[in-house]
Amino acid sequence: MNQSADATADSTAVRHGNHLAVLRQVHYAVGDKPVFRGLDIAIGRGDITAIMGPSGTGKTTLLRLITGQIHADAGEVIVDGQDVASLGHNALFALRRRMGMLFQNGALLTDLDVFENVAFPLREHTRLPERLIRTVVLTKLHAVGLRGASKLMPQQLSGGMARRVALARAIVMDPDILIYDEPFAGLDPISMGVVMRLIRSLNDALEITSIVVTHDVREISQIADESYILSGGEVVASGSPRELHDHPSPIVKQFMEGHADGPVPFHYPAPDYREQLLGPGEGK
Amino acid sequence: MNGVIAELVASVGAFLERFGALARFFGRLVWLTPGGLLKVRLLIEQVYNAGALSLVIIMTCGLFVGMVMGLQGYDLLQRIGSEDALGVGAALALLKELGPVVTALLFAGRAGTALASELGLMRATDQLAAMEIMAVDPMKRVVLPRFLGGVIAMPLLTAVFIAISLYGVQLIAVQFFGVDQGQFWSQMRGAVEISDIREGLIKGLVFGIACSLIAVFEGYNALPTAEGVGQATTRTVVISAVVTLILDYILTALMI
Repeated sequence: MNQSADATADSTAVRHGNHLAVLRQVHYAVGDKPVFRGLDIAIGRGDITAIMGPSGTGKTTLLRLITGQIHADAGEVIVDGQDVASLGHNALFALRRRMGMLFQNGALLTDLDVFENVAFPLREHTRLPERLIRTVVLTKLHAVGLRGASKLMPQQLSGGMARRVALARAIVMDPDILIYDEPFAGLDPISMGVVMRLIRSLNDALEITSIVVTHDVREISQIADESYILSGGEVVASGSPRELHDHPSPIVKQFMEGHADGPVPFHYPAPDYREQLLGPGEGK
Repeated sequence: MNGVIAELVASVGAFLERFGALARFFGRLVWLTPGGLLKVRLLIEQVYNAGALSLVIIMTCGLFVGMVMGLQGYDLLQRIGSEDALGVGAALALLKELGPVVTALLFAGRAGTALASELGLMRATDQLAAMEIMAVDPMKRVVLPRFLGGVIAMPLLTAVFIAISLYGVQLIAVQFFGVDQGQFWSQMRGAVEISDIREGLIKGLVFGIACSLIAVFEGYNALPTAEGVGQATTRTVVISAVVTLILDYILTALMI
């Protein structure tokens, strides 16, 4: 498995020349439960890289490792040449200023309106004059199609709109790397299409690197340059969407085709159904 | 028996761990305070949230506490023919004890729960995580202004509570029972010393630090679930009340 992951990282390196983020032999556990057991991933600079996998495989944990919110128990997480775990508070915050992240629920600040949410990083990190802040914020809101919603409060926005505002906020500092945590979850088809196109167009127009954690195979296949499928704490497959669709592994097939049962079982481990129903057992 | 001892040891260990985390959290806030005091706009906002928005409840409760003191005090003092001393008794009781303590309990119930639930919900909805990713320290941007806002607001609320309560006492004693107004105020002015006022304000400040710290600590460290936020809010009220009464004893013993 490790050999195939190394080969994956090597082939990606050859294809892209360089990587913005590299995870090497990452081990991470929550309590006694291992989440990653020797994870190897290479994020190509300028690419849209999809991280997929069944629920509970640690996709969001992977993002938290990349952003330095948590640190690996073993292995390296290198972002733009810097070992994230070894960075001090100031260096980590300097690195984060070059990142943008779209949270699953948008994570907009509920006491600020749309305009102020987008302006928030600018006000915190720059001393730009008010007029320039206004111009930058309106430009970013226009890019996500919500310039007209600048005065609304977060609670007045639909799920799709909130995510687009969060996207405008994520790109307001012109980051080098944009991270999306489940960007399509809970969106109607129109909003999903809008967000999908935005991810691609922003990646190309701003020349950034995008990492997208998602379950939505069909949508991400249309825009991803490279995809990784995680399961059991490891990368079980990687490659272009087409390569993954043709992958012979049963677990990749189950995931890509959305079968309810397979290597990832439908049922949580349980005693025999008949015995449990008819037996003398008590309680649950 | 061994099980009971083990449980006791585990409980003490968990308490000490929590207390250590609270001490570190407080240390960080103290360290950040000089910078936080310069962010005037954020401070004013939070003094308004913790102070101005608590005014109605503080004034209402203050008035009724004062009126009850008037009724009870008059009933007691008239038995020994000293109803003129009602003003002095009420003023000293309010300044040294009732004012700071009742204000702290009301503050914990109104502003403390608001702080804890707000921070807990910010945690649950990833707003704090989003700030960290935006390279904005939530301790500086969110927690510190709320903590300082509470610390500044509490002595002010204590002063308002005491003033309104005294008005309530006067209302009952002078307007209702006909105690001599001149005697009421002049005896009070003669007996109350600056040290009594200082004692009340010191207590207000210390309770403000304790209640605000507990609220922001519990909210910031709440589990990111509905149940977690609820538990943090409940703990804020319970711990603030207990700590206020313990601190009240310690401060009284030190200042008496």
